[in-house]
Amino acid sequence: MAKHETPLLDQLETGPWPSFVTDLKKQAETKPEVYDILGQLELSYKDRITHWKHGGIVGVFGYGGGIVGRYSDLPEKFPGVEHFHTIRVAQPASKYYSTANLRKLMDLWEKHGSAVTNFHGSTGDIILLGTRTENLEPFFWDLTHEMGQDLGGSGSNLRTPACCLGQSRCEWACYDTQEACYQLTLKYQDEIHRPAFPYKFKFKFSGCPNDCVAAIARSDISVIGTWRDEIRIDQAAVKEYIAGNYPANGGAHSGRDWGKFDIQKEVIDLCPTQCMWMEGGELKIDDKECTRCMHCINVMPRALRPGADQGASILVGAKAPILEGAQMSTLIIPFMKVSADNEYEELVEFIEKVWDWWMEVGKNRERVGETMQRVGLPTFIKVMEIEPIPQMIKEPRSNPYVFWSDEEVPGGFERDIDEFRRRHAA
Amino acid sequence: MGYNPDKPMEGRLTDLGPPHYEQFMPPVIKENKGKWLWHEIVQPGVLMHKSETGDEVYTVRVGSARLVTCQFIREVCDIADKHCDGYLRFTTRNNLEFMVDSKDKVQPLLDELASRGNRFPVGGTGAGVTNIVHTQGWIHCHTPATDASGPVKAVMDELFDYFTSMTLPAQVRIALACCLNMCGAVHASDIAILGIHRKPPMIDHNRITGVCELPLAIASCPLGAVKPAKAEIDGKEIKTVKVTVERCMFCGNCYTMCPAMPLADPEGDGIAILVGGKISNRISHPKFSKLVIPFLPNNTPRWPEVVEAIKKILEAYAKDAKKYERVGEWAERIGWESFFEKCDIPFTEKSIDDYRLAYDTWRTSTQFKFTSHIK
Ligand code: HEM
Ligand code: HEM
Ligand code: SF4
Ligand code: SF4
Ligand code: SF4
Ligand code: SF4
Repeated sequence: MAKHETPLLDQLETGPWPSFVTDLKKQAETKPEVYDILGQLELSYKDRITHWKHGGIVGVFGYGGGIVGRYSDLPEKFPGVEHFHTIRVAQPASKYYSTANLRKLMDLWEKHGSAVTNFHGSTGDIILLGTRTENLEPFFWDLTHEMGQDLGGSGSNLRTPACCLGQSRCEWACYDTQEACYQLTLKYQDEIHRPAFPYKFKFKFSGCPNDCVAAIARSDISVIGTWRDEIRIDQAAVKEYIAGNYPANGGAHSGRDWGKFDIQKEVIDLCPTQCMWMEGGELKIDDKECTRCMHCINVMPRALRPGADQGASILVGAKAPILEGAQMSTLIIPFMKVSADNEYEELVEFIEKVWDWWMEVGKNRERVGETMQRVGLPTFIKVMEIEPIPQMIKEPRSNPYVFWSDEEVPGGFERDIDEFRRRHAA
Repeated sequence: MGYNPDKPMEGRLTDLGPPHYEQFMPPVIKENKGKWLWHEIVQPGVLMHKSETGDEVYTVRVGSARLVTCQFIREVCDIADKHCDGYLRFTTRNNLEFMVDSKDKVQPLLDELASRGNRFPVGGTGAGVTNIVHTQGWIHCHTPATDASGPVKAVMDELFDYFTSMTLPAQVRIALACCLNMCGAVHASDIAILGIHRKPPMIDHNRITGVCELPLAIASCPLGAVKPAKAEIDGKEIKTVKVTVERCMFCGNCYTMCPAMPLADPEGDGIAILVGGKISNRISHPKFSKLVIPFLPNNTPRWPEVVEAIKKILEAYAKDAKKYERVGEWAERIGWESFFEKCDIPFTEKSIDDYRLAYDTWRTSTQFKFTSHIK
């Protein structure tokens, strides 16, 4: 395939950050169609507009998700990218890989595709960028038969779930995010590959309120680890922090001189609930007042640990702006045990209840958070058969426009106007 | 045996799901799962986690372009084979992580990475700027208002020292999405780079009948700006749509539903900057990012206006914020009027909300600060 001049893209080869242009050029030496990727991108830099056509539905037999169709609007000029479909491959939990697995996947992708990838897409899957329609089935065959791996989700279905690294390498994880993510992904393969929902649906699993996979902002059901007993304190380690022998915040601020560590200023005064104090050289916490924001634990990881009675908070309804504006997810279940021992029974029951309701009342292209907003939180919790509790809100309503119902008012709504008029002349 | 097009369903395997994660975990990770006690960042880009068994794992975090090739991944595998028993991981922000089980294996790994030019920058930990999560842009998507990999490269080149050091008051997360769909979920990042369109869709009457379901196109508009209409094509009257321009907020949703309504445009398209979002529940609640710069042009290939604006915001924050304070927490403490002044950003009516629930963001108090805005 022809090599194209890329004077604009070439300027992205300077500077200290790794350059995708350099990488693509190198790959083009063995995969000439990558020259066409560069050529078309260069033209976009010149024209300042995309040169991909809208959509086009492609896929593999029996699947409604996992592949995003894409065609160039200049196929004669750039034949190597005439078809440029994306394949989403389900990523292993927390994105750990063996090199054997990665090498094999790269072999397959060089054989069937453009050799260009994203590690990873924003939702979490491995993204293989650019192949022709006729390569899809052979690739899928090899992926499943030779590697035992599978596609992820796209379209109006359950998107490939994702998790933070959890207990595998984080001392703060309050449940096994990897196992929960893996088990639920397997359980819902049908929902991932065969769109049946009004619109996309995402679960994300974070092990603690630091929320490293951004569950609260990006997932329809956010499972965020928490605890309900006391923060575990090692008073000897607290003293070491005060003495300056352990670096605060795990050393995260070591690049600048912030002065000597001051437990009063950096921990106690910043606690949002003001529930900590020093007494006789020991750090005290009134745990009943703690909202488990993680600040003190982040600052002194060797002295403080989440409590031992661990589980997760379940929040519902996050989404990006389109259509009705961005939403964070709303706290619905403050505490739930999330355990493989009972196959995530409680969580599964909750998820399926949300789905049953949303699939019935959700409009086309309406995320569950938008459906919740349309019907209102009181209605949502009623259909979920959950008791209202103050933890669900930031503050009570300030308008007095309450929707009372017929049954709630003595005597009901049915009244007799004639009888009323006999007592109150018009 | 491979795929047989004559018998596509024979021997078919489906719904295998992802491979089990455990087989990919380095031994030290597998053996100490759930037993980690604490961690420390021993130098920028290098984490140490300590287990209750006494084991340690050292993690070296490395920036990547996210848009990477098979060849690149193979090079990464070579490094992992040589130093990490053939294991590695990726982070949600597109960094690579190489893990080793003892301290003396760290320096050889760092030397190896350094020997490969600027391909494997070590950093992205603690109170600095880590890798930018971003979307596809002109390399793959049909709706972008800007490119993704290019602006990210330009911004990271400029902020490189903040990637390799930990000198900021807290971590700063930057994200880029090339259209309002926000695959990159930039609506909750400290600094968000967002591709926006500024011209309403054109209507391709010649094609609309073939490629669009009109009721879907009409229903797609969150503002009801798309209306049924008629047009004449080759002397024949056809059913089509029109757009009430005053109502359009350029979201592109109609184009997503109907390819005959393109809105991308070299002059119309560009980048908006939003700031002050966060996801973590630490100290303050998670927050959305707020729009502070409504438009910057797509000046390819290096987007100088965008790079400069971000640098200015970051430096004002670095100078002024308190230890542990995220960008949004800082802006709320000093007040947004001071934010605009300190970052030297002109305030325009575009930063005043006029969408749904706008009233919630208007100031209903006499508490304000006297800044240069009051003439
Ligand atoms: C045919 C239309 C669409 C295509 C081809 C498309 C393509 C994509 C791609 C390629 C990704 C992964 C991006 C990445 O790897 O960084 C993605 C993610 C995403 N898309 Fe789209 N998209 C489409 C429509 C939409 C629409 C209509 C919306 C919103 C209304 C949307 C919202 C998102 C979001 C929020 C994510 C990622 C979110 C996350 O990671 O949490 N997309 N899309
Ligand atoms: C010092 C201790 C911390 C460690 C060791 C740590 C570890 C990590 C790791 C490993 C990631 C990347 C996760 C992945 O990509 O797989 C991450 C991401 C993240 N962390 Fe932390 N974290 C720490 C503290 C915090 C704190 C204090 C906050 C909030 C104030 C926080 C908020 C986040 C956020 C928002 C992300 C990015 C999520 C995203 O947008 O993709 N982390 N953290
Ligand atoms: S969300 Fe919590 S448990 Fe998960 S990686 Fe982040 S800090 Fe660790
Ligand atoms: S976790 Fe947050 S609220 Fe709880 S004691 Fe620590 S700083 Fe205070
Ligand atoms: S943000 Fe928009 S333009 Fe960018 S990849 Fe997602 S849908 Fe495409
Ligand atoms: S761009 Fe958005 S607001 Fe404008 S007409 Fe299309 S759907 Fe409506």
